[in-house]
Amino acid sequence: MELRVTDLTVTRGMLRVLCGVSFTLASGGALILRGPNGIGKTTLLRSISGLQPPLDGSISAPAESFAYAGHADGLKATLSVAENLEFWSSIFGRGGVGTALEAFELTPLAARPAGMLSAGQKRRLGLARLLVTGRPIWILDEPTVSLDADAVAMFVAAIRAHLGAGGSALMATHIDLGIAEARVLDVTQFRAPASGAFEFDEAFL
Amino acid sequence: MSSVWEYANPKKFIQTSDRVLPVIAAMAVLCLVTGLIWGFFFTPDDYKQGSTVKIIFIHVPSALMAINAWLMMVVASIIWIVRRHHVSALAARAAAPVGVVMTIIALATGAIWGQPMWGTWWAWDPRLTSFLILFLFYLGYIALWAAIENDDTAADLTSILCIVGSVFALMSRYAVNFWNQGLHQPATLTVKTDSNIADVFYYPLMVSIAGFMLFCIALIVLGTQTEIRARRMRALMARERMG
Amino acid sequence: MIALLIRDVRLAIRAGGGFGLGLAFFLIVVVLVPFGVGPRTELLTSIAPGILWLGALLACLLSLDRILALDWEDGSLDLLATSPLPMEGVVSMKALAHWLTTGLPLVIAAPVLAIMLNLPPQGFGPLVLSLILGTPALSVIGTFGAALTVGVKRGGLLLSLLVLPLYVPTLIFGAEVSRRGAEGMDFSTPLAMLAGITCGTIAILPFASAAVLRVNLR
Repeated sequence: MELRVTDLTVTRGMLRVLCGVSFTLASGGALILRGPNGIGKTTLLRSISGLQPPLDGSISAPAESFAYAGHADGLKATLSVAENLEFWSSIFGRGGVGTALEAFELTPLAARPAGMLSAGQKRRLGLARLLVTGRPIWILDEPTVSLDADAVAMFVAAIRAHLGAGGSALMATHIDLGIAEARVLDVTQFRAPASGAFEFDEAFL
Repeated sequence: MSSVWEYANPKKFIQTSDRVLPVIAAMAVLCLVTGLIWGFFFTPDDYKQGSTVKIIFIHVPSALMAINAWLMMVVASIIWIVRRHHVSALAARAAAPVGVVMTIIALATGAIWGQPMWGTWWAWDPRLTSFLILFLFYLGYIALWAAIENDDTAADLTSILCIVGSVFALMSRYAVNFWNQGLHQPATLTVKTDSNIADVFYYPLMVSIAGFMLFCIALIVLGTQTEIRARRMRALMARERMG
Repeated sequence: MIALLIRDVRLAIRAGGGFGLGLAFFLIVVVLVPFGVGPRTELLTSIAPGILWLGALLACLLSLDRILALDWEDGSLDLLATSPLPMEGVVSMKALAHWLTTGLPLVIAAPVLAIMLNLPPQGFGPLVLSLILGTPALSVIGTFGAALTVGVKRGGLLLSLLVLPLYVPTLIFGAEVSRRGAEGMDFSTPLAMLAGITCGTIAILPFASAAVLRVNLR
């Protein structure tokens, strides 16, 4: 499925942070967003995935085609690794968590409560969730935080497999993942001009 | 541009209300002074209730305004949800403190009146209880406004609370009626029955109701202006910070 | 949606889920009342329905902020919002899970505590009936309050301030049913009102809760 974003304007708090964001992400492609902290990458990703309405612009793909993974993994400490994953797979109406556990080498940990995992293992479980959603477009916000080199390799392998199956991925990350087919988009160019930065409050000025 | 919605523009609202406000305020003072002096000093004592009856010139108008302020908040909330005019949300916010004060006045004058009449400051009478519940709703509404930093989020949440709260307030009214049949006399003013109070009380009461109404409108307009200016100040400060 | 219900119930029952806290609170409130009002049996008999209803209501209130706040903190709520479940379904299931883990145990415990307050025998049926019919409304209304305050840090007090006035009609009719039942009077009218309020809130309030939650998530 192709994702085409046209002239998107997104807001945080009551401030416009990015405006005129346009890009196309074909199926099988990956797009990496770059930009300094606070530029609005997270806001942009949340807006595209449908969590907050954009002020302006259009997103071609419906909200049902996105799988969003933010800073928090949404894990329950008292549920086991397998139970956490099974919950999400039944929410998205899919069976089988075996391959997802396998892809992030979580099978040996399947019975352990998620609260007993290390930060990196939690992150791996959070990313394994993407595999059980079955959605074509992955939206990832800093997916590699607290992952070691091996885990990053697992993640890259999972992304590759997803792209190979016709999916696509949109991510904000600072490290070089070594995914050759990924394009890089610097969002600094879309920074909202300071003069008109307060769309909601303009009427009050 | 002859639509009423042009006043939804904050600048236009401030400009127009600046011109209208002194007129409303002056009329409010005139009506209040006339109504209250007429009511207190130029009406006869009731043969049963004595001079205590004269508290109705404060009690009835403030009770009416307590309910009307809430109704205004409901209407403003619906306008905010449907048309998203910021002035509407801010007017609802400005009406809440006025409503609270009117509720307190109604409750306090009711207690002062109730003492000589029923021999008790407070009774769990349906009308009194309903007003107490209304007071609690006002408190919750104001607390929610105060708790949320983002102005638009707060406006959305309080609007929904206001609408849901109105339904529950109505249900509470009937529940309380069912729960206790009460000692409060039936409403002083009704539109169609012929059991209304005597004319000597009626006209000064009307004048003081008009006075309270104008006074509340003036306060709400002033409050809305203050909210608009505060919002404008926050916008300007945010712009300074962003450079 | 069933998966969400099962998960929430499982989370509540596992260690640290707070299951039983509400029940213990209910017990303590009911035990404290005789200390406050004195041990006279006839007085306790006459106030027993009200105390039991009030205790159940407060115990319910105590656990409301867990309904959504935990999922908000760990990001699950964002993920649920982007899942195929409609938000209305999410809040309804959350309310149902809250009722199963808080309301239902209270209903079961109430007759036992009623013995301690010397409730007359004919009052047990109406008491349980009114609680079974009324506590779902408490959970649904509480979920609305929890959705309103989910973004507020330490919003527990605010939550109580918002929810308690909304509890008034349910409390009045619920306590009236069990009071009339205890006195051997006809209680069909308040029972019908209580059932009406519960059905109405279950049918309509999830839409308001979902709208509020969407506002809070953006």
